[in-house]
Amino acid sequence: MPDWSPLKDEDRIFKNLYGYHPWNLEAAKKRGAWNGTKDLVALGREKIVEIVKASGLRGRGGAGFPTGLKWSFMPQATPEKPSYLVVNADESEPGTCKDREIMRNDPHTFIEGCLLASVAMGAHNCYIYIRGEYRLEYKVMEGAIAEAYAAGLVGKNACGTGYDFDIAIHHGAGAYICGEETALLESLEGKKGQPRLKPPFPAMAGLYGCPTTVNNVESIAVTGEILRRGAEWFQGFGRENNSGTKLFCISGHVNKSCNVEEAMSIPLKELLERHCGGVRGGWDNLKAVIPGGSSVPLLPKDICDDVLMDFDALKEQKSGLGTAAVIVMDKSTDVIKAIARLSYFYKHESCGQCTPCREGTGWMWRVMDRLVRGEAEIEEIDSLIEVTKQIEGHTICALGDAAAWPIQGLVRHFRDEIEDRIKNRTRVAMSGAAAAE
Amino acid sequence: MATITVKINGEEHEVEQGMTVLQACEQAGVEIPRFCYHERLSVAGNCRMCLVEVKPGPPKPAASCALPVAPNQEIFTDTPMVHKARNGVMEFLLINHPLDCPICDQGGECDLQDQAMAYGRGGSRYHENKRAVKDKYMGPLINTIMTRCIHCTRCVRFSAEVAGVEEIGLLNRGENAEISTLEKALDSEMSANVIDLCPVGALTSKPYAFEARPWELKKTESVDVMDAVGSNIRVDTRGNEVLRVLPRLNEDVNEEWISDKTRYACDGLRRQRLDRPYVRGEDGKLKPATWPEAMTAIAGAVKGMKRDAMAAIVGDQADAESVYSLKKLMASLGVANLDCRQDGAKLDATTRAGYIFNTTIAGIDEADALLIVGSNIRWEAPIINARIRKRWMGGQLKVASIGPQVKTTFDVDYLGAGPETLSDVASGKHPFAKILKDAEKPMIIVGMGAINRPDGAAVLATAKKLADDFGMVKDGWNGFNVLHTAASRVGALDLGFVPGEGGKSVPEIVDGAASGAVKFVYLLGADEVDLTGGKAFVVYQGHHGDRGAHAADVILPGAAYTEKNATFVNTEGRVQLARRAAFPPGEAKDDWAILRALSETLGKALPWIDFDGLRKAMREEYPHLARIDDAEAAEWGDFGTAGEMNAAPFKSPIDNFYMTDPISRASETMAECTQTFVLDRQSEGTGTNG
Repeated sequence: MPDWSPLKDEDRIFKNLYGYHPWNLEAAKKRGAWNGTKDLVALGREKIVEIVKASGLRGRGGAGFPTGLKWSFMPQATPEKPSYLVVNADESEPGTCKDREIMRNDPHTFIEGCLLASVAMGAHNCYIYIRGEYRLEYKVMEGAIAEAYAAGLVGKNACGTGYDFDIAIHHGAGAYICGEETALLESLEGKKGQPRLKPPFPAMAGLYGCPTTVNNVESIAVTGEILRRGAEWFQGFGRENNSGTKLFCISGHVNKSCNVEEAMSIPLKELLERHCGGVRGGWDNLKAVIPGGSSVPLLPKDICDDVLMDFDALKEQKSGLGTAAVIVMDKSTDVIKAIARLSYFYKHESCGQCTPCREGTGWMWRVMDRLVRGEAEIEEIDSLIEVTKQIEGHTICALGDAAAWPIQGLVRHFRDEIEDRIKNRTRVAMSGAAAAE
Repeated sequence: MATITVKINGEEHEVEQGMTVLQACEQAGVEIPRFCYHERLSVAGNCRMCLVEVKPGPPKPAASCALPVAPNQEIFTDTPMVHKARNGVMEFLLINHPLDCPICDQGGECDLQDQAMAYGRGGSRYHENKRAVKDKYMGPLINTIMTRCIHCTRCVRFSAEVAGVEEIGLLNRGENAEISTLEKALDSEMSANVIDLCPVGALTSKPYAFEARPWELKKTESVDVMDAVGSNIRVDTRGNEVLRVLPRLNEDVNEEWISDKTRYACDGLRRQRLDRPYVRGEDGKLKPATWPEAMTAIAGAVKGMKRDAMAAIVGDQADAESVYSLKKLMASLGVANLDCRQDGAKLDATTRAGYIFNTTIAGIDEADALLIVGSNIRWEAPIINARIRKRWMGGQLKVASIGPQVKTTFDVDYLGAGPETLSDVASGKHPFAKILKDAEKPMIIVGMGAINRPDGAAVLATAKKLADDFGMVKDGWNGFNVLHTAASRVGALDLGFVPGEGGKSVPEIVDGAASGAVKFVYLLGADEVDLTGGKAFVVYQGHHGDRGAHAADVILPGAAYTEKNATFVNTEGRVQLARRAAFPPGEAKDDWAILRALSETLGKALPWIDFDGLRKAMREEYPHLARIDDAEAAEWGDFGTAGEMNAAPFKSPIDNFYMTDPISRASETMAECTQTFVLDRQSEGTGTNG
């Protein structure tokens, strides 16, 4: 067992994750938000980026790109080309509900993070793009931002620092693809949410063609605490290169599904047993786990036994930490059907812009749909895998990859089950035919 | 531009910085398949056919159409990764594409077909049902079979970027994505270019539907005469029938677009044609006649006629050779009543710079301020309109307009309706004057609507003074432009087909014919003048039974622009050649040959016996007509006559873009367009359509 220990209460960044306390400014201040923000802003751009880099924070939206490094790509803003911070709160990855809880219960921690992150990239404007379905969260954010403005924490001369900072929320209309950063920018500009070609990356030409950084809510929300408590504190959790605390969203066949903030690199089994009351019917009843939201390949039980929940450990297992949305499936699950349902989701959410994804997601779903019933030839499994490879890496954005990976994971770990179903069906069909004769 | 070195398939190439990988490969002669990429449209990068392998870069293929070249980049177009990528994309494009090539109009000239042959796999692995998409209505010109659509969005980008009408879009998402205009006709004079752009058979030509296969067609390179732009076209014929007209690339003129009239008026070539001579009998009715009968009738009328009682008018689609022949013939008869300005435009043939589009069409790409006077450019010259839009899109061009207030495809500062505003700007009183003054390369476009009026010469003089005062004419830049609407006009003015000493102009000839002062009028394809009811003996030489023929006593059937080898000079003064794609119908003959035969009948035989002889004589006298495809810069000089200007507003000479000449007036397709885009819109406008 690596040196992992459970997260202590005083180390939690999101102290009101469960909404036991009010979200408002007064309560949030008691929990530590907006504490000494003026001094943190005074650290200045370079220093903040340096600390965040040193903390080892990696993006919490799924890709795990080092946050400090991303911020350092932002050029000096000019009057013609202002810089923007855009926060991606279009949390749509199936299984994921961590940003929802942050916005619902700890909005001030988040807003403070927006200010600090903006300082770190020389941005004076911040947009928060909230998922269309998040009505309540939108209302809370609206209220919290109003409070922050009223208290002079944001707006002109934010927190009395002399730094002008405006923050606005935009409500999406309910498309998964608008969570892709460039599609999000298109949507924010009032256009159809279709991903842009990269390069140019948003840091060069983002919102309205100006330098922009798009970050996940959680990445931004943890900034304040990192600055307050120092890079070393944050780095103290988790393995090297996977540091920090992380919100895990556990759903599916556990006794008590939950959102929980834990230290990175927690063993999956520990996570499920400590916080979720274990797998339904006991650990041995586990069939598979999708460790990071619907986009990442699932892991069968034998890997789940000792895998650690961090970026690198899951990558080694050809899966990923993604958004850390753990979907647990016990042995009652028709795992083929489960993945087929995800295929349907990706087919439904493909924006239709580029060929492989537009055509491929529908193809994969139709084949998966037949595999669920066993109405296929064994060889079709191989051609399905080929199709996934034809999509993966050939598209404008990562939705193509996200649609391909779950299927690749399924075939990698449960090929026997697929084949059995095809064979059984053939046998049943043949015996039925014989009986008819 | 600085060049950099990149390696393409192991070979080093020098390419310009700022190029895309696709362009670099193309320059190096390495073929990159593509569907969505088009040189003249923004980069979409959505078809994924142009994927290549690039080092340094991520370990996956990159879309070469959107990737800029970088120093020391290594590009591979022939690796297993690239082959696999192309093969995969091709397969995806085909799984939902119907296998209906045998009944598809695009068959034989289809990018998808060609590239499937080169990059596709032999069979299909797709066992599901193919997607079917409902066809859409896009107007009388564009046929849609949307199941064939591969979502390249070229049509969307064309309409938004080039045509300037955001009327095509991509609806829905994923595999339900559909191209649509929301069941409206695509309201652009350039709309049918999307048919050429469509790489598959989703958007095809409605009038040409199921007419022919591309390999059955004879292709002739020619120029268009529907407006004065001289768009370069390719005329496709089968047998003796013109089946379609397509654009031909010419960066200086039409790039690769043509207007809908240029493309679709060609069905007018089959209707209302004059295919035999006619002579008006004693009963006042036109009767079929033989050529000798017709010629004799003319000789009889001319005999003993005083030379100042005779006149000749050149129409809007006459070619330079015929005009030259007619001029020589009339000169031999001593006739001075010659004119080529049917609309009465007060143009001066003595100073060439005063009647051509001096800036040139390509020159618009450099202009930074533009004043339009008395013109609805969108209807008078859609191609030039598109060029202005292109410059305006770049953000460097400010446009203002005096004259008709019309729907434009770029932002126009509308200054006013008539000469008063023009005077205000010219005298510097108007705010726009400052913009013109500060501009480095300002230009003015004077439309026919400003000078085809009694005070036209004064308007022209004011415009010239404005050009002088605002520094529009200087070293390497001439910003003074006359926008013609008649294809023959500049050529005829070059040839001096204007009233000679004491000669009458068109309005005077028409009045004279009515009063009896003019007793003989020769119309060379002139259909925009009304001589019906007059007392003169009218000869009409032309190709359509249109207005001119109605008034005629003798009709001589000639050739339309697709039926002759001829020289045309466009509004820029660019000399271009039209080539014969088909023969004139029935007994109709080449126009030059008719005039040569007539000259012999009249005993004034023109000094050439064949077309080459005529052309040689013309080019000797007017050497610039031998410099083909050249738009020669004209010497700046004096033109126009200063004087009082009438306060009446300028009016565009065109009130229906789709019907401006005998050919388009005879065209069924143009009639449909008129109904859809002009008449229906008008009734919508008044709210009387219920």
